[in-house]
Parts: sequence; structure tokens; C-alpha cells
Amino acid sequence: MRAIPVMSKIIQCAEMLTFTNLRLVFDKTIKKLVLPGFGILVFLLLWQLVANNIITSLGQFPGPNQVWEQSNTLIAEHQRERSKEASFYERQEQRNTKKLAKNPDAVVKIRAYTGKATFVDQIGTSLLTVAFGFMVATLVAVPLGIICGLSESVYRCVNPIIQTFKPVSPLAWLPLVTMVVSALYVSDDPFFEKAFLTSAFTVALCCLWPTVVNTIVGVASIDRDLINVSRVLQLSTAVHIRKIVIPSAIPMIFTGLRLSLATGWMVLIAAEMLAQNPGLGKFIWDEFQNGSSNSLGRIMAAVLVIGVIGFILDSLMLAVQKRVSWDKQAILR
Amino acid sequence: MKNNYLEISQVGIEFPTEGEPFRALQNVNLTIAKGEFISLIGHSGCGKSTVLNIVAGLYEATEGGVILEGREVAEPGPDRAVVFQNHALLPWLTVYQNVELAVKCVFKASKTKAEIRDWIEHNLSLVHMDHALHKLPSELSGGMKQRVGIARCLAMQPKVLLMDEPFGALDALTRAHLQDSLMDIQQQLGNTVIMITHDVDEAVLLSDRIVMMTNGPAASIGEILCVDLPRPRDRVVLADDPNFNNYRQQVLRFLYEKHKNPATKKSQAA
Repeated sequence: MRAIPVMSKIIQCAEMLTFTNLRLVFDKTIKKLVLPGFGILVFLLLWQLVANNIITSLGQFPGPNQVWEQSNTLIAEHQRERSKEASFYERQEQRNTKKLAKNPDAVVKIRAYTGKATFVDQIGTSLLTVAFGFMVATLVAVPLGIICGLSESVYRCVNPIIQTFKPVSPLAWLPLVTMVVSALYVSDDPFFEKAFLTSAFTVALCCLWPTVVNTIVGVASIDRDLINVSRVLQLSTAVHIRKIVIPSAIPMIFTGLRLSLATGWMVLIAAEMLAQNPGLGKFIWDEFQNGSSNSLGRIMAAVLVIGVIGFILDSLMLAVQKRVSWDKQAILR
Repeated sequence: MKNNYLEISQVGIEFPTEGEPFRALQNVNLTIAKGEFISLIGHSGCGKSTVLNIVAGLYEATEGGVILEGREVAEPGPDRAVVFQNHALLPWLTVYQNVELAVKCVFKASKTKAEIRDWIEHNLSLVHMDHALHKLPSELSGGMKQRVGIARCLAMQPKVLLMDEPFGALDALTRAHLQDSLMDIQQQLGNTVIMITHDVDEAVLLSDRIVMMTNGPAASIGEILCVDLPRPRDRVVLADDPNFNNYRQQVLRFLYEKHKNPATKKSQAA
């Protein structure tokens, strides 16, 4: 009889142990999967509910279901286009070999396939454009921010200009950029398309500012003691910037870069829509002009893709920031 | 021994403010011999740090000047290394890299790569930090960080070691450890040291001379006390030593009778 309470105690302990373990695993899954999943589910339900009650001149507003269907169609269209392209090149190849077999001196023509750009192509174009524009902006913004942060006089000179251009909408820049690119980028064999450069520079002009402003703040707020260390060691300006300024300002620089990339991605879609430059913005505008009963579903699919890409871009920047940040204790989100 | 290794003569400084310029120091005169350990003591705000910063070259004196080994101090330089109160280590560099940055500035031309590495390790072992070469400052305790800060300065082989309340941010036990280490090292290397402190015991224990400063504004040197206790000094033995207590009392008397903290004076009057 006395053994039983002891046994039951042991069993109880074992149960508790596994129970707490399970509990931990369970908590983690809830936090990481179940709660976000629940949020998405509620959103989808609300979306469906609202969509059911909106009838537009292009038919019912698309719910999750229609958007899913349209997404699949878009991918199918892309694959169809790709196989068409492949067979085009195959035919061209056959034609040319036949021609050469008949007459080895014949001049063969190789033409590029000129099918219409699919949804997936447009995603690629947009990503490339934003990457290029963001790179240009970063190359200008970080050095400019460092110079302004280091010298109060330069800051006072540049600040009014920064504050004036910061709030300018991309749409205001676009006509100017278009004309300037057309005037200055004259080449018989252009490496970049003009439309690509126009979009990219518009992106650069608009996403410059968050990085500039944050870099200035980061550089200007370096710990005085560290600056004194640098003065005592008589570090040259170049070493001072490399060893003290940039590492100190890295967290703020990255805050700026993340804001810039998000701005750039938003600006790009607007610029592409307005300028009819290839990319997701053009895709949306074309679908809107097309006005079929499927158009709204296809636009909604594009909207979701734009959002998800923005999310992924920010996560990538966050990952880079975590890698280069020296303060591993800092909570970054 | 050369008697005027470091000369602070007629130093005064004014800081610009919105209205009248603020005069922090006036007529500060002090001559320091090579290998001497000097403490600057005084109430907060009396301009101790300002004196140190002028010697370091971080501030420029309005009048007067500082002459080190026959040359006027015009700008900060590695021959006057500063140990800051809050260690001022670069948080993104390891212990080794922090010292390396300083060593490379001073010895890049005169030492080989291997010599530089040995020199860094030697100086870190002087402060007993050779076990944590590749740790980041954030992984160290406050006392350890300050040890590294001291090693960084020692490694520069400065003509004068300037210490701005080096142990002020540490707990009492850690502070005692570091004071003992500093005494050992100074005995061994014969550094010339100017240290700012608030702590009377610390000043008496470590110094050859204690420079007591009057209250600001327009602060100056009030009295100088020569501490003639044999070295090496042992804090436990000295605790019972009548001479030690006599020195302590003289400093305390200066600080709390002759030159009371202006803040407490006001509150007593009211």
C-alpha cells in the first residue's frame, strides 16, 4: 500500500515533465503558426463577406476564391508563353540549319522572340528596377549622410535642400526624369532601356531621403568618448570613418535603408503605372484598361504579390542588418 | 630625475555661453616630474576634468599652456593617452582589436607584425585580461572593460597617462583590485600619471602628490599634499597607519571644511 503513493508521485512527475515540454512546444507553435494563421483566416472570411456585397461594372468584386483562380491562370499563361517562345526558337533554328545546309554562305537571320510580357516577367522587371534604383540611392545617400553628419556646416548647407525634396511625390518627378533620360542617355546600342532607367531613377530620387536623414542622425550622435579616442589616436579621416563612424551609425543607416527600400517599392508601382513602363504597375494598368470580368481578380492577385514581395524585401534587409550589426543583443524587428 | 617633465602654467579657460562666457579655470600652475603619480581631487564641477582635457589636448586653454618634455601641447595625441570613466572601448571590436587599433597607430612603422601581436598580448596580460582576447566588450564586466581600457593606454607607451575617474563606475571590491593592479603596473613601468578621483582613500593610497582644487567657477589649485608613504603600499597595513590617516584627514579637511561643496553650503544657509 505504501509503494503506491510513491509510484503515483513518480508518474505524476514524469507526466508533468512531458507536459511542460509539450506546453513549450505548443506555445511556440501557437505564437509562430497558429496566431498568424488565425489572423489570415479571419481576414479571408471578412474579405469574402465584403466582396460578396460589392458589384462593380466589371462584375462582382473578387473574393479569395476568384483571386486564387486568376493566379493560377496567370501562371498558366506564363508557362504557355514560355513554351511558345521555346518553339519559336526551335523553328528558327531548324529554318536556319536547313538554309545553311543548302547554301553554307547564306546569311541567316536570328530574331528575338517578341511575345507579350507575362505577369511573371513583369514581376522580374519590377524587381530588377527597384534593385537598381535602390542601389543608386544607397550609393548617393550613405556617403552624403556621412558627410552631413560629420560636419555641422555641410549639414546646415544641405538641410534645406533635403527638407524640400523629401516630400516630393514620385509622380511629380516622373515627367522630368523621363525627359532628362531621353535627352542625356543617347546610345545606338543601349545597355539599359530608357523606360528602365526612368523608373529606376524615379525610385532612386524618392527613396534617397530616409537613408540620408537616418545616416545623418546616426553619424551625428556618435558617443563623444569614442570621438575623443579617435582624436587621441590621431586617426586619419578615412580610418576614423571606417573604424568609428560607420560601425557606430550602422543601426541607423539600416533603419534608413529599410524605409528607403519600402518607399522605393511603393514608388516604383506608381511610376510604372503612370509612365506605362514595363513592370507590375503596367500590368495593373493594362488589366484595368482591358476591363474583362476577370480583370479585378487579376489586379487583386497583383496587389497581393506586390505586398508579399515588399514583405520579403524587408525581411531580406532585416537579415542583412542582423548579420552586419555588432550589437547582437539589440532586438531588431 | 627631471623636475619639470610636464608643466601646466597659468592655465585658464572660458567656455562660450548664451550670455557672459563661463570661466571654468584660472591660474592653474602645476609642475610634474617624470614617473610621478598625481591625483586631482575636488568637488564635482570644479573643473578637474577640464584640466585633464587641456593636458590631453582635447580642450584648448584660453590662457596659458601645457609643456610636455619641452614641447607645447597643441592637439590630442597618443603620447597623452586617456583612460575614460566609461572605458570608451569600441563595442564592435574585440578586446584584442581594441588594443590593436591603438598599437597600430603608434607602432605601425617601428614594430613588425609579430612584435605588434606580442606587444598587444603583453599589455593585456599586464592587466590580467589575456584570457579574453577575443571577447567583445559587451561580454565583459565593468571592471574587465576598464582593465582593457587601461591596457589600451599602456600599450601606447604614453609620456603621460591621463585617467578620468577610471574607477568611478565600479563597485568597491573591483575598484580595490584595479587600484592594486594599477599600483603594481606603475611601480613596474614608472609611468607618469595624472588621475582624477572623488575618492579620498584612493587618492592617498595611489598618489605621490594630491592636487586639491577649489570650487568653480574660476577654479584653481587650492593645496598640494605630498604623500610620503613608502612603496609598495598595502591597503590593509595602511588602514592602521597613523601617517596614512593623517594624510586622509588633511584631504578631508580641505574638501569638507575649507572648500565645502557649494551645493551643501547653500542648503545650510537656507
